[in-house]
Amino acid sequence: MNKLISSVSPHISSPRTTQKIMLDVLIALLPAGIASVIIFGIRSMLVIGICVAVCIASEWVFEKICKKENTIYDLSAVVTGVLLAYNLPVSIPLWQAAFGSLFAIVVVKQLFGGIGQNFANPAITARIVMMTAFSGTMTTWTFPDASSSATPLVLLFKGELASLPSYTDMLLGIRGGCLGETCTIALLAGGIYLIARRVITWHTPVAFIGTVLVMSLIFDKAPIYQLMSGGLIIGAFFMATDYATTPSTKWGKVIFGIGCGLITILIRFWGTSPEGVSFSILLMNIFTPYISRLTRSKPLVGGDKR
Amino acid sequence: MKLSGIRVPHRKNTADIIPQRLPLPETVVIPMSMHIGKPAVPTVKIGERVTVGQLIGSADGFISAPVHSSVSGKVKKLDEITMSGGMKTTAVVIETDGMQKICESVKPPVVTDFESFISAVKESGIVGLGGAGFPTFVKLGVKDLSAVEAVVINAAECEPYITSDTRTMLDKAEYISKGIDLLQKYLGAKRIIIGIENNKKPCIDKMTELANSKSGVEVKVLPSVYPQGGEKVLVYNTTGRLIPKGGLPLDVGAIVINCTTLTAIAEYIETGMPLVEKCITVDGSAVKESKNVIAPIGTPIEKLFDFCGGFKSEPKKVLYGGPMMGIAVPSLDAPVLKMTNAVIAFDEKEARPPKTTSCINCGQCINHCPLRLDPPAIAKAYKLDLCEELKKLCADLCMECGCCGYVCPAKRPIVQTNKLAKAKLNKYLKEQKAEKEEKK
Repeated sequence: MNKLISSVSPHISSPRTTQKIMLDVLIALLPAGIASVIIFGIRSMLVIGICVAVCIASEWVFEKICKKENTIYDLSAVVTGVLLAYNLPVSIPLWQAAFGSLFAIVVVKQLFGGIGQNFANPAITARIVMMTAFSGTMTTWTFPDASSSATPLVLLFKGELASLPSYTDMLLGIRGGCLGETCTIALLAGGIYLIARRVITWHTPVAFIGTVLVMSLIFDKAPIYQLMSGGLIIGAFFMATDYATTPSTKWGKVIFGIGCGLITILIRFWGTSPEGVSFSILLMNIFTPYISRLTRSKPLVGGDKR
Repeated sequence: MKLSGIRVPHRKNTADIIPQRLPLPETVVIPMSMHIGKPAVPTVKIGERVTVGQLIGSADGFISAPVHSSVSGKVKKLDEITMSGGMKTTAVVIETDGMQKICESVKPPVVTDFESFISAVKESGIVGLGGAGFPTFVKLGVKDLSAVEAVVINAAECEPYITSDTRTMLDKAEYISKGIDLLQKYLGAKRIIIGIENNKKPCIDKMTELANSKSGVEVKVLPSVYPQGGEKVLVYNTTGRLIPKGGLPLDVGAIVINCTTLTAIAEYIETGMPLVEKCITVDGSAVKESKNVIAPIGTPIEKLFDFCGGFKSEPKKVLYGGPMMGIAVPSLDAPVLKMTNAVIAFDEKEARPPKTTSCINCGQCINHCPLRLDPPAIAKAYKLDLCEELKKLCADLCMECGCCGYVCPAKRPIVQTNKLAKAKLNKYLKEQKAEKEEKK
């Protein structure tokens, strides 16, 4: 007689796994990746490749050294690599891209305990560190024809409204900016895919983007450009929805999104930097445990016993 | 307010399969504990001849239930067996003689009023057949009948695979009808609601027809969202009222009774034959031919699988009940119990426990908990021994429906942790209570 397995119920589980969720995120990021190659040239692929490779390698090596279980197959390191690459200028020196990737995985993710344990978004934190460390190369925006252009936010910031790209170019992503953040239409397609696949819910992106829209309408600051500029779309759909670093209740997501929107606006309109999406998400990451506590669902205990 | 739940695969492969009677097994093993409460006390000796329906274990204490022989034959031994929960109990092992002679004591009980009805239900040995096994006479024996605003007949059958309630509704509708008459007559039930999930169209039709022929009976079609048949969920979705924590349906004026339990009562009142056989769904990836089988209580479940053509691949996990809340049995010798409504055998592939990975904080478990608990917070408080926090998080509210464990992409043993947390909290609450009393 063979031995029967004994375990606690439930005895079936949904087909969804962490790996499949990460795969969905990668699929959702694909259109923007293709767009980046078309817009910024083949070097964009090189940057993405380096970031992904270094992220995977640093996760593998770190876990090997620490004798932790190998987690590279959950694909979360790949997602971090792609997201970081999307947040870099195409002309970034490869060693700097590699440094950022290493920093994201080792310092921001693994030192805090690995997947699900980090409190700050690895890609965003790495990008902010890189902006501080390599401020020159991180703000040089070049096109394949070697021409370079200021980002629309810089133009808005300086008040050079005449040099702004057309709405069509903004939608298609033909403008200065990080390689994966410019093509609004590709990012929206990916975001809608994630919502349709129930990987994310609409709460965060709608609250985030909605807040930016309302504020720029109130202060009359070129709302359409505000929405399609900088990293708002990629941030709202792909980074402000990261599971580990954002609240998991729907009201928590709404608060998180509104907070991100307000901080973004604060930095864009009155700060000394033209863009604020990354900072806004990082700052809200820090508030996440408190938002989660505040919005924790109340157990359905019912009324009094008879 | 809407209660959360999950969409599980239905796998109601046997819904259209008319139950077949199992050939009489050579021996049956009838445990004295097939209900919540104190085990019954054996009333037969080794070597004694018994007949079908004969009392072989008498109820012990208030919350207990009598046990009857499901076969005619000779008592071979009184064995101590380990039940699937790990608890040990006495079981009467009977060698069948193939005659299936019916006991002289089997005759319709005389029922004239509420008291005699309740005592008949007590004698019948009927317990909650939805799976819980709570003695039915205790549940129906309410002190103040005016408190009963509605009786909810649980015909949701939300677990995957199981179709024994479906077959009850289709094959024994006349007994459901008679059962409803009994509820109206002796409990004075003014409102009777039959709750059925919308994936059982034929049952809905049959029950609607039945309800239309009576007054005060309605069919409530419920979405096929697990755990629709969970007591709290069902009462809420049929009456709009939420059973308080630690309370009973009666706290919100409801009594919940499973449709097969009700049928068993009506049959007993008509024939006097106690609960000695069950219709069981036999299914799962390791089973050759899925079937509904009528078998005597105490039949080793191996016989059920044999009757279904055996296994097409080696069974690696075998369950009493459905895959969401069912209990894994240690061996195929495990007997059919009163509340067994299905036995499921999984092959290697389906039995293999999924690999557990780190929690990614996706919130799926929180968002799908029907009672809005926070499993990650409970797990954390449990690990850190924070009993006050467990109390605040209402860990003891958990009904172990398994939605959290099902949806978890990291395949974490959430239900297991919750069970442990509940045990820890209950112990803490007990100690706290004892301390308080000491101070007094």
